[in-house]
Amino acid sequence: MELNAVTIGFFVFSILTLGGGIGVVTTRNLFQGTIWLMVSLFGVAGYFVLLSAPFLAAVQVLVYIGAIAILITFAVMLTRSVTRINERYIRTIPSFVASLALFLVLLFGITVPIFGDYPTEMAPTVVMTTRDLGVALVDGNGYVVPFLLASVLLTAAMIGAIFIARDEES
Amino acid sequence: MDELCTGLCKLMVESGADAGLAQFASLLVGVLLVSGVPLLTVIILIWVERKVAARIQDRIGPNRVGPLGLMQTFADLLKLLGKEDITPTSADRVLYNAAPLVSFASVVLIWVVVPFTPFHFGVDLEIGALYFVAIASLGTLAIMTAGWASNNKYALLGAFRVVALLVSYEVPLVFALLVPVMLAGSMSMLDIVNAQAGMWFVVLSPLAFAIFYISSQAETGRAPFDLIEAESELVAGFNIEYSGMKFGMFFAAEFLHVFTNGILMALLFFGGWMGPLYYESPLIAFAWLGLKGTIIYLTTLWLRNTVPRLRIDQIMAFNWKFLVPLSIANLILLSAALKIMQELGIAPRDMLSASFVDVLPTTVVMLLINLAMVAYLLGILRKRGREARREAGANQGMLARAASGAGD
Amino acid sequence: MVPLWMYLAVAAALFCIGVFGVLSRRNAVAILMGVELMLNAVNINLVAFWRYSETGTPLLLSGYAFTAFVLIIAAAEAAVGLAIIITVYRNRRSVIPEEADTLKG
Repeated sequence: MELNAVTIGFFVFSILTLGGGIGVVTTRNLFQGTIWLMVSLFGVAGYFVLLSAPFLAAVQVLVYIGAIAILITFAVMLTRSVTRINERYIRTIPSFVASLALFLVLLFGITVPIFGDYPTEMAPTVVMTTRDLGVALVDGNGYVVPFLLASVLLTAAMIGAIFIARDEES
Repeated sequence: MDELCTGLCKLMVESGADAGLAQFASLLVGVLLVSGVPLLTVIILIWVERKVAARIQDRIGPNRVGPLGLMQTFADLLKLLGKEDITPTSADRVLYNAAPLVSFASVVLIWVVVPFTPFHFGVDLEIGALYFVAIASLGTLAIMTAGWASNNKYALLGAFRVVALLVSYEVPLVFALLVPVMLAGSMSMLDIVNAQAGMWFVVLSPLAFAIFYISSQAETGRAPFDLIEAESELVAGFNIEYSGMKFGMFFAAEFLHVFTNGILMALLFFGGWMGPLYYESPLIAFAWLGLKGTIIYLTTLWLRNTVPRLRIDQIMAFNWKFLVPLSIANLILLSAALKIMQELGIAPRDMLSASFVDVLPTTVVMLLINLAMVAYLLGILRKRGREARREAGANQGMLARAASGAGD
Repeated sequence: MVPLWMYLAVAAALFCIGVFGVLSRRNAVAILMGVELMLNAVNINLVAFWRYSETGTPLLLSGYAFTAFVLIIAAAEAAVGLAIIITVYRNRRSVIPEEADTLKG
C-alpha cells in the first residue's frame, strides 16, 4: 500500500472516527461526549469523500452537526442541571468483553475470505453524480416508494416530536 | 486557481525541486490565496462598517489613526492582542479555546466554493450550494460550545437564544437557496452563475431573493435580529466571558459573514461576475462581482443601522408563520411553473446554454407569479393591519372614556 | 489504494464502540449517542460496498440511496428519541431508562 493522498486521508479519518467514538463512550461529561460524537461523524463524512460520495458527506455534516448535535445538546441541557452533567457507568467489564468479542468475530469474518475474495481496487469509473441520485429517488423503477415513505416518516416524526415534547400547561 | 497552481508547480520543477514537493507547495499557495483574500477583506470591512454606521447616525466615525481613520482597525487589533487573555477557572479549557476558531473557520471555509471569476476559484464542487449550507451549520455548533464551555449562566442563556434563532432561520434560507439551484439545474456555484447569462435569477424570483436576504441577515445576527448581542438590553450573550483576540475572532467572523453573504447573494441571484465586458479580462469579472457584493453588503449595513430590534417571540413568529410558509409556497409554485413550461417547450431545458431570448417567457411567467404572491401578501397584511388598528383604536377609546370618567 | 477490508474493519470497530456505549451507559442520551455511532458504522459499510462493487450503470445506486435513507431515519430517530427523553425527564425527574417502569406489573 503506497503512501498517497487517499491513504493518508484514510488514516487521518480513521483516527478521527475511532478516536471520536472512543471519546463518546469514555467521557463522563455528556456535552463533551456530544462534541466527540461530532468529531467521529466528521471523520465518517471524510470517508464519504474518499469513497467519492461528496453529496452524502455534505448531508452528513448538515444533518449531524447542524441538526442532531444541536438536538442532543438541548436534550443534555434540559435534562440535567448545567453543573452536574456527569454520568455513571454500569456493567463496564461485561459490556467491554461483549463488544470486544463482537469485534473479534466481525474482524474474523472480514479478514478471512469465507465468501470469496474482496475487491481491493475501487470500481474504475463512477458515472454516478448527484443528479443520478436525484433521478433515482423519484424514478418508478428506482426508489420512489422508499423515498415517499421516508418523507411520510419524517413528517410523522416531526409532528410526533413536537406533540410529545410540548408542555401540557402552555 | 488551478492554472496558477500548475504554473507555479512547473516553475518549481524546472528550477530543480522535487515534483511531489512542488505540487504540495503550489497547492499550499493556492490555499493561502483563497483563505487570505477573506482575511484581508475583514480588516477593511470593519473600517467600512464603522464609517457607514457613523454616517447614518450623523457622526464622523474613526478619524484619528491614519488618513480617514483607515489604520483604526490595526490599532484595535494591537489593543485586542495586548489585552489579558482570560480563561475562567471553571471553564472547559479545550472547548472554550476551540469555539472561536471553529466559528471563524466556518465562515472562511465558505470561500472555498466562491468563484471569483470564471477561471479563478478554490474548488468547483458538484454540491457547492449544499456545502455552503453544511459549513455554515458548523458556526451554530461553535456558538453552542462557546456558551456551554464558558460555564456562565448568561453565556449559556445567550447561546440558547441564538441557536434557536439560527436553526429556525436556516429553514427559509435553504428553501430560498433551492430556487436558483432548481433554475440552474445544478448545485455547483460555477454552473449557477453561468446559468444566469440569459437573465439574473433575481428577476425570475425576487421573492426568493428577499427571503434569502432576510434569513441571511438573521443568520449573521444583525439588526433587526441582533439577539446575539443586544448589548444595550441584555448581558452580552454567548461571548460574555471572551476577551482579547478570542473575542476578536467571533467579532471578525461576524463581520466577514455579512460580507460573505453579500458575495453569495451576488453569485446566486445577481449573476456573479456577469456584466459588460466581463469576458475581456478576469479582472473586470472580479470587479463586477466585488461591486455587486459590496452594494448588497452596504444595504445590509443600512438595514442594520436603521431598523429597531425585535423581540424573540416576534422573530420566531415572523419566521415560522410568515417566512417558512412563504418560501415553501414560492418553491412549489415556481417548480410547477418551470416544469409545465418545459413540457410546453417555452422554457429552456438547460439554463446553461440559454440566451436572453430563450429565457424571456420563463422570466415573464415567474415574475408574474412572484408579483401575484406579493400582491396577495400585501392584501393579507393590509387586512391584519386594519384589524390591529381598529383594536388599538377601541382600546384607546376605552382608555379615554375611563380617564374622563375618573376626572368627573 | 486502500483495500475494502480496511473500511470494513474500521466500520466494525466503530460499531463495537457504539455497542459498548449502548450497553454500559445509564443515561438515555448517552445510549442514543451509541446508537448514532452504530448507524454510522453501517453507513460506512454501505458506501464502501457500493464504491468497490461494479458500478457500471447509473441506476445501481443501492448503497448510495440506502445511506441517504439511513440518514433520514437517524434524523427522525434522534428527534423522537430526544422528545421522549425530555418528556420522561419532565414526568419522572430521571433520564435512566430502567427507572421508567410505570408499566411494570
